[in-house]
Amino acid sequence: MQKRVVFNNRLLPYALLAPQILVTAVFFFWPAGQAIYQSAFIPDPFGLKSQFVGFGNFEFLFSDPYYLASFQTTAVFSAAVTLLSMGAALWLAVMADRIIKGSGAYRTLLIWPYAVAPAIAGVLWLFMFNPNVGLVAWYLNAIGYDWNHVLNDGEAMGLVVVASAWRQISYNFLFFLAGLQAIPRSVIEAAAIDGASFWKRFWTIVFPLLSPTTFFLLVVNIVYAFFETFGVIHTITGGGPQQATTILVYKVYADGFVGQDLGSSAAQSVVLLVVVGLLTVVQFRYVERKVHY
Amino acid sequence: MAHRKTLAGLVAATILAGSTGVSYAATEIQWWHAFSGRLAELLTEQVEKFNASQSDYVVVASHKGNYSETLNAGIAAFRAGEQPHILQVFEVGTATMMSAKGAIKPVFEVMEETGKPFDPETYLAAVKGYYTTTDGKMLSLPYNSSTPVLYVNRDALTKAGLDPDMDLSTWDKVNEAMDAVKASGSSCPLTTAWQSWVHLENLSAYHNVPFATKENGFAGLDTELSFNGPVQVKHIEAMGQWAKDGKFIYAGRRNEGGARFRAGECAFFTESSAGYAGVKAEADFAFDIRPLPYWAGTEGAPQNTIIGGASLWVMAGHKDEEYAGVAEFLNFLSSADIQASWHQNTGYLPITMAAYEQTKDAGFYKENPGTDIAILQMTGKAPTANSKGLRLGSFDQIRGIIDEELEAVWSGDKTAQAALDNAVARGNQLLRRFEQANR
Repeated sequence: MQKRVVFNNRLLPYALLAPQILVTAVFFFWPAGQAIYQSAFIPDPFGLKSQFVGFGNFEFLFSDPYYLASFQTTAVFSAAVTLLSMGAALWLAVMADRIIKGSGAYRTLLIWPYAVAPAIAGVLWLFMFNPNVGLVAWYLNAIGYDWNHVLNDGEAMGLVVVASAWRQISYNFLFFLAGLQAIPRSVIEAAAIDGASFWKRFWTIVFPLLSPTTFFLLVVNIVYAFFETFGVIHTITGGGPQQATTILVYKVYADGFVGQDLGSSAAQSVVLLVVVGLLTVVQFRYVERKVHY
Repeated sequence: MAHRKTLAGLVAATILAGSTGVSYAATEIQWWHAFSGRLAELLTEQVEKFNASQSDYVVVASHKGNYSETLNAGIAAFRAGEQPHILQVFEVGTATMMSAKGAIKPVFEVMEETGKPFDPETYLAAVKGYYTTTDGKMLSLPYNSSTPVLYVNRDALTKAGLDPDMDLSTWDKVNEAMDAVKASGSSCPLTTAWQSWVHLENLSAYHNVPFATKENGFAGLDTELSFNGPVQVKHIEAMGQWAKDGKFIYAGRRNEGGARFRAGECAFFTESSAGYAGVKAEADFAFDIRPLPYWAGTEGAPQNTIIGGASLWVMAGHKDEEYAGVAEFLNFLSSADIQASWHQNTGYLPITMAAYEQTKDAGFYKENPGTDIAILQMTGKAPTANSKGLRLGSFDQIRGIIDEELEAVWSGDKTAQAALDNAVARGNQLLRRFEQANR
């Protein structure tokens, strides 16, 4: 059954949609169009003159092995952040759902980190793991592990993943908990009476019924890992060592605002636009089919 | 009645407005800078002194973040038509500013047009060379300039059974000392700040080998990097070996190593002469400043080292009377008194000979041994084409590339030759793009 609203006035629906369309046009289509236009030029930083190069910026990008490597870095980083933040949040939510006493305090504490800005989160983790002054780095050193994420790319990647995921866990936890509480008790109790263990109930009843929430969070988390982790990476590694943590968005910033190479930066934005578009199509066409609403 | 009251009020208001208008007639000069902490305090002091010394102009200094952020703020402001009169730009941004012909007003032009007394000859050749065209025209005013020197923890040497006054002029001698320091149980014989600046850019100038073709970029935009020659490879190879042996401890790309040296952990530290104030304030051990070591047996070494730091660029698009104020302020900043006290307080170089002489006559170098090392090291020999400075586009990014490749050497992932070859190849791509953007 579908709900339909019939408007008597032909113009009214357009008028009601107008603010949304206006906002989308001004804040999305216009800048995106500008990015596409600018990707065909190499301008100087001050905007005094500009050379038309056609697809030259894209040719330059795709012949750069570090740019191609950045795709892989982004994939690894986004997958790791999404898995870690959603996995940890789901586990915490399931546990929090089971406790009865003091659950309010427990939940509040878990939601807290979300209030921390990404850059601040980055600095917090940096202070713990800084090879020179970090407390954790010092303890690791004391037990014989030579921690130095400034030089070791695996450690650097691990650190930015954990720092990025840490903040997102709160957000995911909130949604998972709400999702869990929306699952009818009677279904679970019926399964329990039939003798299904906790984990059996979880995998056969709870997890499938939670799938709309999981899907929503999957989309949100991938977008988060792609675009909003900038502050964390900027403060902790600056994209290093040897570009091991330079994700696509960070490279747009580094080339545009550090290198003043606005042409390349614009071309990268266009590539990013295409990548995110494809990702969204894949998610809604293939992953959403597995979701039970 | 009410009517008359209003009229009286109006008259009073007009008189008031008129009188306050007179006291605010001073022309405002905007200065955007990148200093914070102690340096910002000293800068504010200079501005206040200038504002108090005359009534025609008011200089307003605003902090815009670190060097890169300040440059970005200036560029963004120019694009929006809101640029300041004076912008502090680090030496790395020099080529970017020079190429922006319509965005800047060269300092020599500002001085010429406003008729203020200005003699470029009074500035230190090694300092002004960085900001001067090949035909001798000064484009920006040197403000804070420093050069790398070797800081020595004397207590660490004594503990290792060495004479703290030992000869440390060459890297071979420093290496021997590091062995002894390491044997005495030190966890950090050597660390550095600004690795690309100290161990490649200054290394090249100091050994009179080119960092890039076309006189390090001074003679044309079609310059190519050339820091993968034998001298540089030898040095980076040695540093890589020291890193492997636990003698050279890498702390980070900027001045992260400073914290370890000031805490007394490290015996040697290569850092800008401007690090002096910090070391003096924090170190509770005896320390010494020595000239940057060189490799004995390299022809022409030691040549002179080059500067780092920032200069003041005058932005285009302002009124003539404002430029007159800018010129007066720049002259004020270059005056011997201001420069001498800036030099003594910060460890930055005095930018004029007069300021150096004044500092010497006041007995400052006798009381603070080692503070004249930087200036002697820079002015010891007349600069060659390899030691005037660097003028490379996209240099902030090229430094990032160099940092990455050097890190690969320190971690043992790459040989010195492979890393430097790769840095040259990647950097050249950026130089070609810069050339294309500024054709």
